[in-house]
Amino acid sequence: MNLSSGVHDHTLSDPLIIAGRRFHSRLMIGTGKFPSAKALRDAVAASGAEIVTVALRRVDLSRPEEGDILSALDPDRQLILPNTSGARTAEEAVRLARLARSAGLPPWVKLELTPEPRYLLPDPVETLRAAELLVKDGFVVLPYIQADPVLARRLQDIGTATVMPLGAPIGSNRGVRTRDMIRIIIEQATVPVVVDAGLGAPSHAAEAMELGADAVLVNTAIADAADPAAMARAFAMAVEAGRLAWRAGMAPEREGAEASSPLTGFLFERPGEEAPRD
Amino acid sequence: MAFSSEIRQWPPERVRDLIASATPAAVERALDRENRTPADLAALLSPAARPYLEHMARLARRLTRQYFGRTISLYAPIYISNLCAADCVYCGFAAKSGLRFRRVTLGDDEIHAECRFLAERGFRHVLLLTGEAPKRVPPERIAAAVRVAAEYFPSVSVEVYAMDTPGYALLESAGLEGVTLYQETYDPETYRKVHLSGEKMDYAWRLDALERAGRVGIRRLTIGALLGLYDWAIEGFWVGLHGRYLQRVCWQSALSVSFPRLRHTPSRFRPPRLVSDAELTQLILATRLFLPQAGFNLSTREPAALRDRLVMLGITSMSAGSSTRPGGYASRGEDVLEQFEIEDTRGPEEVVAMIRRAGLDPVWKDYDHAFFRETGTA
Repeated sequence: MNLSSGVHDHTLSDPLIIAGRRFHSRLMIGTGKFPSAKALRDAVAASGAEIVTVALRRVDLSRPEEGDILSALDPDRQLILPNTSGARTAEEAVRLARLARSAGLPPWVKLELTPEPRYLLPDPVETLRAAELLVKDGFVVLPYIQADPVLARRLQDIGTATVMPLGAPIGSNRGVRTRDMIRIIIEQATVPVVVDAGLGAPSHAAEAMELGADAVLVNTAIADAADPAAMARAFAMAVEAGRLAWRAGMAPEREGAEASSPLTGFLFERPGEEAPRD
Repeated sequence: MAFSSEIRQWPPERVRDLIASATPAAVERALDRENRTPADLAALLSPAARPYLEHMARLARRLTRQYFGRTISLYAPIYISNLCAADCVYCGFAAKSGLRFRRVTLGDDEIHAECRFLAERGFRHVLLLTGEAPKRVPPERIAAAVRVAAEYFPSVSVEVYAMDTPGYALLESAGLEGVTLYQETYDPETYRKVHLSGEKMDYAWRLDALERAGRVGIRRLTIGALLGLYDWAIEGFWVGLHGRYLQRVCWQSALSVSFPRLRHTPSRFRPPRLVSDAELTQLILATRLFLPQAGFNLSTREPAALRDRLVMLGITSMSAGSSTRPGGYASRGEDVLEQFEIEDTRGPEEVVAMIRRAGLDPVWKDYDHAFFRETGTA
């Protein structure tokens, strides 16, 4: 495996595969909170994102109008991933997903069940229930979850296409606060792991990718930047850097300086030779 | 414990003392902290916070953007009725306001006409309003109006009299998203003086109404004090506590706060405590720092110039092109009694242009029928 031949080659040889579909970008973009449809369009273009998630409660599927979120997206270049944000129960989420599918959007759904409007934390019970219903109904389901390794396993057993654990509460920009749990989720995953929510800086995205996440989803940190397009590009670069670092096999962190000469070298020394010194 | 009981721990004298005794050091502590306490809120509402307004504004803007992004939601009121059995001395609808205009309740065809008018102008969220006339405009009538409006708008809220639990359940099953109910004044003594008849005289019944609404699953609860009846800072403190209480008890409902300022009142009543622009601004900023995730509404009661400024400082939702008279958009004439005169008379397209100029994205739709019922294809 040659990883040094440039980012372009690297992304081509290392696609992200979700439900059999190949993506070259490992950065997904959320579309809420942007100052204008144009700012959103520019940011999506600069990010190179191929998966863009849209809140169904925000879009007017009956009247696509100028300035609407959907008008800023190009379905030929980006998979428009409808999300169920605002749903409080499995039934509500299922209704929203079916509405989107019947309106002609692809049968993919980012399952967001956030009955608690302050921190928008996902409800594990309703999420599991909705995932079962939607997978049976033929949807490709990408569930947003608390960084709970057991829940992640239950969901992948049901047949969800990914799991999307949160790094920190939505919009908090705090980074990968759930690092230890995400590490376990990644270790046990049989589906792509997408770190979603709370990533406030490109370095946070790089950190998630260095941990072995398959992708990240970013919204607030890009939408709220002074220059959203430039920030989107910065996130894209950080995601690629983090991915490349993970594939390259990062040296583990160490507590302090460590001698590069082996401590047990003496066992193999010939009599009369001095042990090498640092 | 209901909020009407909890608030007794914070009688007016205690809150007044807390606010009056706040020091610059207390204000600075309140600014530096992330999870602010009631004492912090008192400090931010106090005269000691005046020199820190700019600092508060920066923090408030940052928090608002963090939770709401660079967006402003738009809505319009639809007055269904101006019949009123209550006698609230500050209100144009009051039974004894002395205003000689027609009293009407719109029929379904008129509600359709009002809805069509607003839907054509782009609105996707409306607030249906009535006076305090539970006998002549009962919950069933309001639920019917909600069902009509839901044919046109993904999101329908009401601002009507305080209801019992079955009343709110009826509205919820009709597809209602939100209930707005201002306590008017949280000071029991002032409340008694300005509400002279009708069911509205019951302070605690009104104060606990939003909890009843939240418990039957209403998704958005909007609180507020009618600014001008009592000391604005003390009211602001109580509103903050009420908000925290509802967030704790009705944890599946989103909280919003409105900042209605009394400006024009019937001639028999002069507001005792007119609130200045600077005071209103301080109130909005302090409330934002205390309730970072709450939606904040600012209606067309406020003049355009002030709305253009406050849109940057914590407000997340605005009405536009409003009429406060039943049938005022499409179906009735100017002989019908209006609740109050609006100040910002710009049409929705002008308000949208202002929002865009401020670097914000106007959001028409933020809710969907599919949350509460099976819907057809788009």
